[in-house]
Amino acid sequence: MSYYFAIIGTQDNPLFEYEFGTAKQGGDGVARFPEQARHMNQFIVHSSLDIVEEAQWAQGQMYFKCIDRFYNNYVSCFMTGGNVKFLLLHAPSQPAIANTSRASTSIAANPTSPQTEEAIKQFFTEVYENWVKTIMSPFYHVNMEVKSPVFRSRVAAAGKKYL
Amino acid sequence: MASSQPVKPPLAGQPAQAQRGSQAGLKYPSSGKTIYNRPLNRSRTQELSQASFAYLFGEMVSYAQKRVTGIQDLEKRLNVQGHPIGLKLLDLLLYREPTRSQTRPLNIIALLQFITTALWRHLFSRPADALEKSSNPETPDEYMISDNEPLVNQYISVPKEMNQLNCAAFVAGIVEGVCDGAGFPARVTAHSVGKGEEGELWPGKTVFLVKFQPEVVEREAYLGKS
Repeated sequence: MSYYFAIIGTQDNPLFEYEFGTAKQGGDGVARFPEQARHMNQFIVHSSLDIVEEAQWAQGQMYFKCIDRFYNNYVSCFMTGGNVKFLLLHAPSQPAIANTSRASTSIAANPTSPQTEEAIKQFFTEVYENWVKTIMSPFYHVNMEVKSPVFRSRVAAAGKKYL
Repeated sequence: MASSQPVKPPLAGQPAQAQRGSQAGLKYPSSGKTIYNRPLNRSRTQELSQASFAYLFGEMVSYAQKRVTGIQDLEKRLNVQGHPIGLKLLDLLLYREPTRSQTRPLNIIALLQFITTALWRHLFSRPADALEKSSNPETPDEYMISDNEPLVNQYISVPKEMNQLNCAAFVAGIVEGVCDGAGFPARVTAHSVGKGEEGELWPGKTVFLVKFQPEVVEREAYLGKS
């Protein structure tokens, strides 16, 4: 499973990007997006912002679960109180349909199973904690790009831990 | 003796620092602790000395007073100083809510209740004294939060010729920041309502007038129907 994680500001501007692969089931943590499809990730994530805007007033929960799908790419969303969107694109290495015969519980194979949802929720919650720490810095202004290498390594650690 | 100890054991901090040195232009605290190493909940029940706050706030007011054209301009500057604090507190206070009630405010009432309870408790250790909707049918977009004795004004004496000034404009800025951050753009202003009479119960009573933008009221009506 390959992941593309992006933080989107209040004016649909990207603040942070990170690409990683699964570290579970012997994964090496490297994203394996096909080279000709890799540049599509940003477009897919961007296009799901419309759905986020619709969903954000329907329920007050921060975690929206999987909100959008484009072929084999699934987009999950988490929205902070300050209208900042965390978007995670996850692409299983083989299409999900191949696994319907035997109910595999691995999060890599089932992009919409409750286990995957829970794992992504834990990932988002951990990123949210670090995000609040980032914005509490008196030098951080709204919609400012996050360049901190410490923040990046914290996101990487959360990805490794849960996904 | 020197040859018997060819390699000194490296100090604990050294390898990390060598690695960090490769990122030019970034300075790290010498203890190796960044803001990411500090827990967010440690200081939630701690209080700040009011004397030091009053001193700092007095400086903030006199800083804002430099090169202003009038009282409105001064209040605007105090408002701008408070605005980013509101944006930050919104997420911090939501983060500290228990998990099941950790929800973003979706309507005006939920947002104002969050402000008068969670935000006021965090800032002043007590909830706000009243929350009212404007009774004027022409202004359904106005809400009023009353505070009988604003903490920020405790050591502020406003000169007679500036009696329009209310330094709680700073708090109004914080409230405005919370509203803007949550997606409810609003203008918030502070007004003194104490009449300055002898023997008045709350001479410093302040009303924060929250005026939401028309699109917020429009969305509220639309969401209420569906």
